[in-house]
Amino acid sequence: MPERIALEFERPIIDLEKKIAEMRALSGSSQIELDDEIFRLEKKANKLRKDVYSSLTRWQKTQLARHPDRPYTLDYVKRIFDQFVELHGDRAFADDPAIVTGLGKIDETSVIVIGHQKGRGTKDNLYRNFGMPNPEGYRKAKRIMALAEKFNRPIIAFIDTPGAYPGLGAEERGQAEAIATNLMVMAKLPVPYIAVVIGEGGSGGALAISVADRIYMLENSIYSVITPEGCASILYRDASHAPKAAEAMKITAKDLAGLKLIDGLIDEPLGGAHRDPDFVAGKIKEMLLSALDELKSVPVDELIAKRHQRYFDVGVWSEVKK
Amino acid sequence: MAWFQKTKKTLESKKKSELPDGLWMKCENCGEIIFRKELIKNHHICQTCRFHFRISSRDYIELLVDEGSFREFNAELISADPLKFKDTKKYTDRVQAAVKKTGINDAVRTGFGTMDERKIVLGVMDFDFFGGSVGSVVGEKITRAVFKAIEGKYPLILVSASGGMRMQEGMYSLLQMAKTTCALAELSVAGLPYISVLTHPTTGGTTASFSMQGDVIIAEPGALIGFAGPRVIKQTIGQDLPPGFQRSEFLLQHGFIDMIEDRSRLKKTLSTIISHLCD
Repeated sequence: MPERIALEFERPIIDLEKKIAEMRALSGSSQIELDDEIFRLEKKANKLRKDVYSSLTRWQKTQLARHPDRPYTLDYVKRIFDQFVELHGDRAFADDPAIVTGLGKIDETSVIVIGHQKGRGTKDNLYRNFGMPNPEGYRKAKRIMALAEKFNRPIIAFIDTPGAYPGLGAEERGQAEAIATNLMVMAKLPVPYIAVVIGEGGSGGALAISVADRIYMLENSIYSVITPEGCASILYRDASHAPKAAEAMKITAKDLAGLKLIDGLIDEPLGGAHRDPDFVAGKIKEMLLSALDELKSVPVDELIAKRHQRYFDVGVWSEVKK
Repeated sequence: MAWFQKTKKTLESKKKSELPDGLWMKCENCGEIIFRKELIKNHHICQTCRFHFRISSRDYIELLVDEGSFREFNAELISADPLKFKDTKKYTDRVQAAVKKTGINDAVRTGFGTMDERKIVLGVMDFDFFGGSVGSVVGEKITRAVFKAIEGKYPLILVSASGGMRMQEGMYSLLQMAKTTCALAELSVAGLPYISVLTHPTTGGTTASFSMQGDVIIAEPGALIGFAGPRVIKQTIGQDLPPGFQRSEFLLQHGFIDMIEDRSRLKKTLSTIISHLCD
């Protein structure tokens, strides 16, 4: 069993699992009878898992959403789509590895795939810029959206970014313009658009590829207007208050489903998606197929009008008596 | 010692009697001492260095539409605190304080007006209200303003001044970027012009949505315009930012705005552009 990276709150569970694995190995290689003991510890581990993972705070969910073992866009792409072909470059400045785009088939339906891509390990993460796109990433996505329109293919987007990259070059090359333009392109796009938040939905950098007809979130993913750290450093002048900010901003999938801002939640195994990526990919695929089925027969005008209406309905206000 | 103190006291009291508080102010850019009345007459522009002082939504409305023509709509909309948000203070208390400070109910004012006798829909953000941040109310008011423009076939002008999306309304705020975009998409399909005016400062999700979606984008001189704030970028790259970074002139040079216009000529320029785009 590979070494698991343990978050602080799951340390007792991971330790126990390790112990069970060791005992199993021991029981297999020798004649010592350990079955009863293993059974007892398994039971204990199950209870512990249920206790810990079913009452996660918003901050703990944030940590799970950012777990270094968590499956990323390409991990799901290879499990969900057949004959995936990745397409590169914005045709203007560069290819941004923080966003991947391509063509694929889900069952019999040809679709266009767009997703943020984080890296695994330091080297890969540097290459992927930790999943924080530069303007050319968003412009690559825009080019692929045009392709989807031309060939009338639905778009499936995977959302997983801490946010758009706040760098010197990003500003020079128009990060704001790139995002604003994508929003407008998606608002007018005459093909079905389905977005799945698989990890972090980091503010405008996430929205830039997720103005959609359907938005789903994995159980332990988050979507927020600003990172909890960013919010805390503004409101409390101290990023270490991030757990409080996460609570106040209501950023989890469950919160947003409760506020009716998303269309559905996708279950993860206890402990998070990385414990069983195949299971989660299967669940995502089911959700995508049913959404595609619902959307494929909707006439284009109605599709766009309904997409607009979904966003027009967002907001809560009251009126001052005159 | 004694005579010095006395003289000073006499001077001070004399000054006070002649010059009531705030009659003079200092230019925050070049340090020039300016007579306030003179500043107001000059659209709050320093005559020495052309620095544009930040002005209120009321001042912009006065500046841009024909006298007495502004008919505000949806002014009564006010935040309802959907998340029951509380940090060191309650969000509702912060909103109340902003209302008291500015006399308006949220960070944008919208209405009909005429500009050189042509009817327009005008929306002006107010940075003094909650840093011009965008939550449900601002998003809804802008969306409704766009609908009014579509209904009456009027051109739309939005003047931005904003620190971005309002954290205290969480995802409701972020999605206002998509909401206003969808409204503007309908305006665009209807073939009506939308002119975006960027003033100091315009950053965050505001820049990354409606502010940058204008058919024509005009900025005031020296305005800070960007996605990430300068402090965040500085933290990210760990070095000082080059002078003029993210200012209007920088954006013009990099091709992200159409022009920089002095406030004193803003109305004339807007009016001319609209006359070129409308029949």
